[in-house]
Amino acid sequence: MEEPLNKTVKLINLPETIASRWHSKVRVSLYPEKFICLIECNTDVLVEVCNWLFSELRYRFASLVVEDQPEKWLLRYIFYGALERGQVHILCQLSKTEKIVPSISNVIHAADWHEREAEDLFGLAFEEHPRLGDFILHEEWPEGVNPMRTEFDSLKPYVHREVDPEWKPVRIVQTPGAFMMPIGPVYSDFAESAHFLLETVGEDVIRTIPRLFYKYRGVEKIAERKSVEHVILLAERFSGTSAFAHSLAFCQAVEDIAGVEVPERAKSLRILMAELERFRHHIAAIAGICSSTAMAVPTSQASILEEELLRLSCALTGHRYLFGLNIPGGLSIDFDNDILKNLAATINDVLQKLSELKEMLCFSSSFLDRLEEVGTISREQAVSYGLVGPIARASNMIRDLRKVLPYSGYEKVDFIVPCEQEGDGYARLRVLFSEAEQSAQIINQVAFSLPSGPVVSPVFPIVHGSSLGWVEAPRGAAFHWVRLGEDGKVARYRLTTPSFTNWHGFHLAAEDFAFQDFPIIMATFGLSNAECYR
Amino acid sequence: MNKWVLKGLKTGIKTTLYPDKEETSPGISPGLPQGKQTMGDEAQVVSRCPTQALNHIKDMISVDYRRCIHCFRCLRGIHNPVDWDKGYEWAVSIKEIDDASRMLGKAFDHSLHIRFVDGGACGACISEIEQINKPYYNIHRLGFFITPTPREADVLLVAGPVTDHMRLPIEKAYDAMPAPKRVIAIGTCAISGGIFGPSFASEGGISNLIPADIVVPGCPPPPLSIIHGLLLVVSRKPSASLTSPKSTEGERPHD
Ligand code: SF4
Repeated sequence: MEEPLNKTVKLINLPETIASRWHSKVRVSLYPEKFICLIECNTDVLVEVCNWLFSELRYRFASLVVEDQPEKWLLRYIFYGALERGQVHILCQLSKTEKIVPSISNVIHAADWHEREAEDLFGLAFEEHPRLGDFILHEEWPEGVNPMRTEFDSLKPYVHREVDPEWKPVRIVQTPGAFMMPIGPVYSDFAESAHFLLETVGEDVIRTIPRLFYKYRGVEKIAERKSVEHVILLAERFSGTSAFAHSLAFCQAVEDIAGVEVPERAKSLRILMAELERFRHHIAAIAGICSSTAMAVPTSQASILEEELLRLSCALTGHRYLFGLNIPGGLSIDFDNDILKNLAATINDVLQKLSELKEMLCFSSSFLDRLEEVGTISREQAVSYGLVGPIARASNMIRDLRKVLPYSGYEKVDFIVPCEQEGDGYARLRVLFSEAEQSAQIINQVAFSLPSGPVVSPVFPIVHGSSLGWVEAPRGAAFHWVRLGEDGKVARYRLTTPSFTNWHGFHLAAEDFAFQDFPIIMATFGLSNAECYR
Repeated sequence: MNKWVLKGLKTGIKTTLYPDKEETSPGISPGLPQGKQTMGDEAQVVSRCPTQALNHIKDMISVDYRRCIHCFRCLRGIHNPVDWDKGYEWAVSIKEIDDASRMLGKAFDHSLHIRFVDGGACGACISEIEQINKPYYNIHRLGFFITPTPREADVLLVAGPVTDHMRLPIEKAYDAMPAPKRVIAIGTCAISGGIFGPSFASEGGISNLIPADIVVPGCPPPPLSIIHGLLLVVSRKPSASLTSPKSTEGERPHD
């Protein structure tokens, strides 16, 4: 269910409304061809404007981009709306001597982690933020050193701080017999590194405190001063299981800066590959859910399909995870139309097997018992945390970037965005199945209506400027903000990923549950730590 | 419950016959570039490589597999591309074991316990490692087992550039393993830092922290390469070469 649309709220009406409300306190410019409304204001009205956008106009918070420029701080708050509402960027400038910014987290909870990150990495202080401090950087990191500041040298290792051996995490649950159970960072068979503190009184876990960012590779920092050709490799490799989606978002940002029009054939092929990736990702996620409930046969069945899709991807593109396909201006290789039609046929076979699996799973009561009413997230919570992707859609909150901000020609593709009501593990599983079906359907559509022509634009000028690229990645909305400097090198690369957004809300699903459900909650979230930590 | 048993039986056996027979299905490996004789184009080819995996050595273009990240730039969009080999036996033993206490005896050949640690992997390496435990590859048939605790592990698989935050957990996991123990670096990131490092946030490969015995190049290495690495640990398969052509191995500029 999308919130009822107030028909009068359209992007083009915004400047007028804003002007009548805030008069000279804000400067508004409209870029209708890009569907963006830019609001420049001082920090004194920032919270008010954000609150109005979020609560009254129902814009969703996408990202906070902080830029450390020679004379000033640039803070860009990015919002996106439902159909026809485009994006709103709020831009605040701060002089270098100022370091205190009002926090918007109290009105928009989705911005919480963005502000914590900016505090940790840039050393900005967010006034009235309830909780700042160690977040991405762990306890060995020296106080007062902020790696995203321009003067910080990304190649030098930093001097580690002595860790206090007496340090203990704060406990909230104080009933008799309560204790804290640590899990990770090295745990389970193939789990990605993360640490969890479960506050428990025995079987029942009362709350979960995730400690993340063990895999912080400083991708945003090491991208700086590198060429576009280099950074696309980072975009592709920081989250290998959604490589195509992220490299596409990055390409779209630099293509927009360079004013390059991507050939129609490349656009269609990009949709096809993106859906192939989503299809594979969702099947892998389904395998993960089956495995978390110890259902051996369905796990194997889904895993077989996953490997078959990996092989198919490799036979088609040369790489099992679709690396090396996206290049600025299009794709690095073209495909034979007949081969793509065969691909569509094979995808249909896989879908057939997937449907059989779904059918069997949905009638396995022992399986359903483990998923139903487990890790429930309500729609209100999903909205407040700004959750994205299949997780949000399982809590009845649809906002799919392919629909609301169509890119790469998605507006011409016919598909639906599945959603469920319950917000529990089972709802998330059903959304994965339905989305996989839609992806297969899109692949079929695109494979039989491919335009002819080149797959890469002939020229790619080196220019400077900034832009936002976005995609609906397999796990949800991803936003890549890119600024290219005078020399054409990347000056700022801000990555907002669905796993970052959704890990923020994970603790909501991991409250008051039986311990044995923990792996199941994790699996139905299906988040990537690599994608979150960056 | 019977329906699942039937479903499993109906699916039949999917598992590869490797290492007894070569696996030839399409799509099992992205392949690796091969070194070649220079043809006056070496400067252009070498400069296309983003990670300095290509080097001009004598009259050859040599590929250093510890750095190659499968970007395909020496293959696509270029006049004289290098050759591409679709094999998968890429694991290389980089340490001679001469200390008897470090040798894995005969008993380990068909009973090897493996613990995986994620040192900042992007997810693709992890996914490929997961595949070795799934029907198409099923390492149980080879006597290899994944264990959740380092205390039972003979082999540590490390993927990712080894982030600074994972330094201590990896050291702890390694220390907890009983001797004799081995370390395999999975993927280019774990070997050389790949595209990520070394930097302020990553060590630039596991060898900068604990000694790796075997490296499995690739971005990511496909499941069969990882299995090759495991077979190499217990000497059931010979080692591959770190460079192509092999003759340039002693002359790597990055040592
Ligand atoms: S495929 Fe490997 S060797 Fe070739 S250019 Fe890319 S990183 Fe270098």
